[in-house]
Amino acid sequence: MTSALLDLGAGAIGAAVRDGRATAAAILDESLFRLHAIGEGANDLHAVLHAATPGLASEPLTSGPLAGVPVAVKDNFCTRGLPTGCGSKILEGWMSPYEATAVRKLREAGAVIVAKTNMDEFAMGSSTENSAYGPSRNPHDPSRAPGGSSGGSAVVVAAGIAPIALGSETGGSVRQPASFCGVVGVKPTYGRVSRFGLVAFASSLDCVAPFGRTVDDAAFATELISGHDPHDATSSDRPVPAMRVGPGPLTGLVVGVPKEYFPDSLDPAVRAHCERALESLKAQGATIREVSLPHTALAIPVYYIIAPAEASANLARFDGARYGLRVAAPGVQEMFASTRAKGFGPEVTRRILLGTYVLSAGYYDAYYRKAQEVRALITADFAKVFSGGVHVLFTPTTPTPAFKLGAITDPYEMYLSDIFTVTANLAGIPGLSLPIGRVKGLPVGGQILAAHFDEPTMFRVAYALEEALGAEAHR
Amino acid sequence: MSAGSWEMVVGLEVHVQLKTRTKAFCGCSADFGDPPNTNTCPVCLALPGALPVLNEQAVALAVRAALALDCAVHERSVFARKNYFYPDLPKGYQISQADRPLATGGRVALADGTRLGITRIHMEEDAGKSIHDRYPGMTAIDLNRSGVPLIEIVGEPEIRSSVQAGAYLRALREVLLYCGVSDLSMEEGSLRVDANVSARPRGESAFRSRTEIKNLNSFSNVERALEFEFARHVRTYEAGGTIAQQTMLFDAANQEVRAARSKEGSHDYRYFPEPDLPPLVLTREWIEEQRRTLPELPAARRARWVKGFAISMTEAEVLSADQELGAYFESVVASGGDGKAAANWVMGEVLAALKETSQRIDRFPVEPARLAALVGLVKEGLLSSSAAKTVFQAMRSEALEPRAIAERDRLLQVGDDSALEGWIAEVWAEHPDEADRYARGERKLQGVLVGFVMKKSQGRADPKKVNQLLAARATG
Amino acid sequence: MAVTLDDVRHVAHLARLAIPEDQLGTYVAQLNGILGHMEVLQQVPSAGLAQAADASLDGMRTRADQTGAVRLEVPREQNAPAMRDGFFLVPRLATHEDSGEEA
Ligand SMILES: [Mg+2]
Ligand SMILES: [Zn+2]
Repeated sequence: MTSALLDLGAGAIGAAVRDGRATAAAILDESLFRLHAIGEGANDLHAVLHAATPGLASEPLTSGPLAGVPVAVKDNFCTRGLPTGCGSKILEGWMSPYEATAVRKLREAGAVIVAKTNMDEFAMGSSTENSAYGPSRNPHDPSRAPGGSSGGSAVVVAAGIAPIALGSETGGSVRQPASFCGVVGVKPTYGRVSRFGLVAFASSLDCVAPFGRTVDDAAFATELISGHDPHDATSSDRPVPAMRVGPGPLTGLVVGVPKEYFPDSLDPAVRAHCERALESLKAQGATIREVSLPHTALAIPVYYIIAPAEASANLARFDGARYGLRVAAPGVQEMFASTRAKGFGPEVTRRILLGTYVLSAGYYDAYYRKAQEVRALITADFAKVFSGGVHVLFTPTTPTPAFKLGAITDPYEMYLSDIFTVTANLAGIPGLSLPIGRVKGLPVGGQILAAHFDEPTMFRVAYALEEALGAEAHR
Repeated sequence: MSAGSWEMVVGLEVHVQLKTRTKAFCGCSADFGDPPNTNTCPVCLALPGALPVLNEQAVALAVRAALALDCAVHERSVFARKNYFYPDLPKGYQISQADRPLATGGRVALADGTRLGITRIHMEEDAGKSIHDRYPGMTAIDLNRSGVPLIEIVGEPEIRSSVQAGAYLRALREVLLYCGVSDLSMEEGSLRVDANVSARPRGESAFRSRTEIKNLNSFSNVERALEFEFARHVRTYEAGGTIAQQTMLFDAANQEVRAARSKEGSHDYRYFPEPDLPPLVLTREWIEEQRRTLPELPAARRARWVKGFAISMTEAEVLSADQELGAYFESVVASGGDGKAAANWVMGEVLAALKETSQRIDRFPVEPARLAALVGLVKEGLLSSSAAKTVFQAMRSEALEPRAIAERDRLLQVGDDSALEGWIAEVWAEHPDEADRYARGERKLQGVLVGFVMKKSQGRADPKKVNQLLAARATG
Repeated sequence: MAVTLDDVRHVAHLARLAIPEDQLGTYVAQLNGILGHMEVLQQVPSAGLAQAADASLDGMRTRADQTGAVRLEVPREQNAPAMRDGFFLVPRLATHEDSGEEA
């Protein structure tokens, strides 16, 4: 009974708990049972860093839209009760004295935090291989990466442990693992969801971004965590529209297809699935229009200047003075340097060096200022398309399905797996990835991008596609 | 070249702590002196995930200070991160402003009319406190001050002497005190001064390399430190040496300036726009509203007094040095006290009384209206100035009208002829010889006789009238 | 602009990262590899666009000057590597004159 319940959507689970057909405690136990099933021995997907203790939800949660719904949270959200470590040694065992706004909103809606999930250290990576605690594995093929940096949350949702999980995006870190793991990943408009309590990577790009097993779960989570927060000066005070709009005819809807997202190098199977998805949208009344986003190729270089630059400052607070790891040294500056050298892994170290370099005297204009200017061009590309009558854009989420763990060793080659997703982070627009098919058993994700604060239209298309592709998406 | 042929060039950087209830970017109380690290929260402890939100009152105070110093306040300014590692800087960067500051281009007017330029005023946050001598081998960090709002006032290198530097600082402090934006106490650190100094031969237009002096804990030490450092520059140049750009520290105990152990690594602060804070946008209307609600500033006030109350600029300076004292003086005049006389009373008896009891003027027992009444009695000739002083002393302890006190203590001057004639008659009777000689024309005796009469009246007789009456007898 | 060993040494110092000498070379190579891909940006005409983008941003929302900080639910001591009498303790500075950094 409970077992079946956990396979339903978040809305159905909440309803069952509210009218007493199930208890939060029983659902949590089932969730933890499944969690341990993927967390042991040969089939260890290593998705979870810290799990709730059974009976945590013993005080009956019988109210709220998510009453008793198990929710997993990426390890870079400040949480009560469970440690917050960002997949890093430098913050190992840190107990946050306060709670992230997005987490608080889910709890206040009745959700039970079932686990803190594995991630690339400080969200810097696209495979979860940069976790100081070892990589997570893809539930569809444990020899492959689940994607990243929010890999653990994607795996937890794909494995049916929770219908909803929180991840974070700086450059595709939710949409890319969603596509690799065959779940739905949403990156809301920058400013739609408060970043308060999300450990910063690159402040002008970071977004709280939920996973859902279905479009409805993802829309539900997005709606619940959205809204202005007085603790985040970059959070928008626009009213939050209904996002669980459900499937419906797409008559009058114009879907743009940016040619830069369909390069010759694109995996033919991925291309085929995208074309099938577009056919289905057309069949439901949408008009398909080819468009161009000419500066797309510049997104990765721009991203890998801006994100490391901001990160180099955001990670300066990890100095061993007030919390986290401290490596003993005779003088305080030496203590800082030894602590940080030991506490940060190679990718984080690399990006701090890169970010410090591009900001340092003599290089600022050539790199950081230049990147901000080109970022404005990328943003303008989208503005032009959306003001030209296009409602949403449809693209593949990633150039390929999940790659093998350890397959990509060159940092820049790894960066390229985000080539279709970083643009939305740079422009601040909302994006969503949902399963549109399989290649040799591996999920393929399709991406829907919309104009600033137009999540409702984005979800409308996602609901329609999900219903049309149905089971096929998972075959 | 003799020292006289060298010119001192000074630019001052002044940090002023804004008088807000809470910190610049979080809701923590801004007062320190509380137990260490008790006024801290996720934001000012720089915990992972915490974000800054700007205190609007800090903006208002910063803008008012900028307007009072004749700066152009910009409708759009941008916060930036100034990156460096220091144990009392928890984020590893200070939120400040770089290429888009709040205000630019102001000036400080000195008493002698000199105007010294201000380059810019920007907002920033304070760091915490490092205590180095409390625990052996360790530095103790208190972050209660971390995140307290400051403005940095960067002056043009237009100061040409240590005395002028002192005058600049006193004038700046006076203006900001009038605006009520800060306590401006160097002892409590709400006013901090760094001085950039260089020397050049008179007539040379280019600047030579400068050194920056820190640890300046009083205006007089600023002046002293500038003299020491200037002399060092001159000595060095005259010995054919060169001055390296570096940071110097003033040692108040030993009254000397010495080089700070230079930090390894250059100062590469890697400024970039603070991504956690959108641009600060102010409307022209709001800025003008702040301008309209500024109090009258000291210079304008002094000019008005000199013009309206016929007092000297020096007197005006004494009276305006303290904003409340000035207000007291104004209300004495407003309640009918003659300007000049009121000025003398406030600068004389009132200041003396305040000093004697180390009282603040706002607690002074003698109400302005009563002091005005006292001034009036003297003007009407009803009180001698010495009697008036006696009455004033009484007024400090008794809440009574001066006239009531004067009457009770029989201090009012007596001017009516019958009373005066009475006393004169007695004097005539008691000193027949002098009276007779006077009557016969020995005018030089008039003073003696007036003295007798004053004595008889215990000083209450109006000397003017006594003289008249005696004169009458002489000719009569 | 090729990154040199000294550049990496300097940047590592600025970032307070005590990277062992024998690892610096790897970072030099990797930084040059990554920055090589950035050169393409120099070809893009873009002057003034950042300003324009900044001008398009709305002004920030501020907070009233009222006490009400986020409460700490875990005592500072529990997370602090070293604390005494309410102070955070760190190793002594090489020279505490170096409090030269102004606020
Ligand atoms: Mg400063
Ligand atoms: Zn605080």
